[in-house]
Amino acid sequence: MNNGEIDFNQIMSKAQILRNQLGAVRDQVVKDIYQQAQEIAGKVVRGQNLKRDLDQKIDNVVTSKIFGFPLMIALLGLVFWLTISGANVPSEMIANVLFGFQDKLTELFRWAGAPAWLHGVLVLGMYRGLAWVVSVMLPPMAIFFPLFTFLEDLGYLPRVAFNLDKFFKKAGAHGKQVLTMCMGFGCNAAGIIACRIIESPRERMIAILTNNFVPCNGRFPTLIAMAAVFMGAFVSGYNSFAASGLVAVVVVLGVLITLSVSWLLSKTLLKGIPSTFTLELPPYRIPKVGSLLIRSVLDRTLFVLMRAVVVAAPAGAITWILANIHIGDLSIIGYLAGWLQGFGQLLGLDGFIILAFLLGLPANEIVVPILMMCYMSQGAMLELDSIDALRRLLINNGWTWLTALNMILFSLLHFPCATTLLTIRKETQSVKWTLLAALIPTGVAVLVCFLIAQIARALGLV
Amino acid sequence: MMGLTAQSSGIHAFLEELNQSSVKADAIIALAGNPNTGKSTVFNGLTGLNQHTGNWPGKTVILARGNYQHRNKNITLVDLPGTYSLLANSADEQVARDFICFGNPDATVVVADATCIERNLNLVLQVMEVTTKTILCVNLIDEAKRKNIAIDCSGLEKILGIPVIPAVARDKVGLTELKDAIHKVAIEKKPICPHPLIYNESIENAINQLQNDVETLLQGKFNSRWAAMRLLDGDATMITEMLHHLKKDQRQEPLAIRRGEAHCYE
Repeated sequence: MNNGEIDFNQIMSKAQILRNQLGAVRDQVVKDIYQQAQEIAGKVVRGQNLKRDLDQKIDNVVTSKIFGFPLMIALLGLVFWLTISGANVPSEMIANVLFGFQDKLTELFRWAGAPAWLHGVLVLGMYRGLAWVVSVMLPPMAIFFPLFTFLEDLGYLPRVAFNLDKFFKKAGAHGKQVLTMCMGFGCNAAGIIACRIIESPRERMIAILTNNFVPCNGRFPTLIAMAAVFMGAFVSGYNSFAASGLVAVVVVLGVLITLSVSWLLSKTLLKGIPSTFTLELPPYRIPKVGSLLIRSVLDRTLFVLMRAVVVAAPAGAITWILANIHIGDLSIIGYLAGWLQGFGQLLGLDGFIILAFLLGLPANEIVVPILMMCYMSQGAMLELDSIDALRRLLINNGWTWLTALNMILFSLLHFPCATTLLTIRKETQSVKWTLLAALIPTGVAVLVCFLIAQIARALGLV
Repeated sequence: MMGLTAQSSGIHAFLEELNQSSVKADAIIALAGNPNTGKSTVFNGLTGLNQHTGNWPGKTVILARGNYQHRNKNITLVDLPGTYSLLANSADEQVARDFICFGNPDATVVVADATCIERNLNLVLQVMEVTTKTILCVNLIDEAKRKNIAIDCSGLEKILGIPVIPAVARDKVGLTELKDAIHKVAIEKKPICPHPLIYNESIENAINQLQNDVETLLQGKFNSRWAAMRLLDGDATMITEMLHHLKKDQRQEPLAIRRGEAHCYE
């Protein structure tokens, strides 16, 4: 065995010397392989692929220095605009049906002589939470997912990766991180799993730790609703166009923060040089509408909705119980929120919002429903059948433009949901990195909201 | 340096599981290929419903394996993760590489997409470097035809020196031919001499200077040219892994590349 090791070391040093003489071996090897593949293909492939030339022409525009970025942001804005403006009507319709059914349920409970607390837990807690989740989440998802899947199937997403690659390189991260980020738009847990495509453990960890900075579809409804509230209540001349613009800006901000945090990590905890990779741009393909709809509706929309429903039901019940058990004059929720109020204030938020985010740890989808339940248990009962009603409820509870803005930012930046954290734990096999994955975003969220709140107040804007 | 047991125990655990499967395999075949080449369709087409999936031990990668019978032989097919290359180190690529290298498959089938054969050939060439027992399945021939692309498969066979089977896996076209080719290579042990990749002169020189030493070190049981390449590339882990396997597998069958087959390269 020792002989083997000595031989091995000798060979290693010999290889080292040869490697030093040769320079960039890997690059040369890859180049030689590609060249031979090209030569062989040239000999056996007959017929000209006209489509390829067309792809090339499209790519020259789509990935160009001038048009690449504006096109990307415009497409992003267009997707959000279609989502927001398209979701309004069905949202209202579904809400009308579901909340109408709530009245029927209430009658049924009364007729059966059920105790008030049972009606409270099941109807006002569980059912109302569910109804909100379904009516607010389903329409945007049913529009957003097919659109996103369309861009994915079309082959546009790798072009986005191509455009952003150099920025990630500069941040000390891997270009493939863009693809994992795009997955994160669907679901951060899925984005974390997608990080497997990154070779170097260092860059993979950066991608895992920063994936949460793109809003998953659990947070999109929150962002969209808050953007509509913000634009409607505090900026004159509301329209869905402005609201979608705001969401697009928020997403771009998420990407910028991803880059900044990646850069910080690669300079501190995860030092190293970014590795190179060859990104192949696949051919454009016109997506098949049928399979696109089936996949985005079944695999994504219904899957995510089911998850939200499963989590929202118990969370709604628990929140109702917490809101209706009184110790002295105050409910448990009142106590908890009061206790968090000071901290919330510092961030331009309030105690209820912080509490809603904490109670929303199982899934981001239920943060707003919990928040509404908290507010409504305070006495301000409202029929919540539209964004407009939500806006009135929030303003009644002391919201300003700063609250709405920081709610958006906190939602974008705060800790990942429990599913994502469990996935990180599974993928990294490390409690330490999982904790960091929760602490880093939370730290960023607290810092950003704190700064904005303090500056706004110092300038007398609120 | 020798402590890379996590990797080797991973593949050993998997191979053990493979051996303990209810059907005794007469041959184990690895199925490799780029993503989106219809690899899974080929896998499903060959194995039907006789499939199991399991996690690659020690790695977060799901592997599927399945069985089929052809000419009274039981063939076990292992579906490797889709990869563009064997050169990098993502978990997927490592699993594919390790299995081809240490799993001692009786043949490795690479599935390629006929509509962009050039891109897929990169992987084919790299697999051919690791193992001589490579079979190329050119899938999606029909889609290529629709795009006005024709592939001269017999010409490709001559150039590469390995069996090349055109197929439309979705319509089960070419799968019998593929089974026949697998039978020839894995059961009848028909020798294959793939035409090697030639690198530029300075790299070839460096390989020549290392190859004999590496061959002695690895007792001729691994492809010494390929191992020398990895060393030049600065990837010592592969060699330590190989040495590890040499010790561990002393009583077992010789691994992927036998001395006789290695001579094809000379």
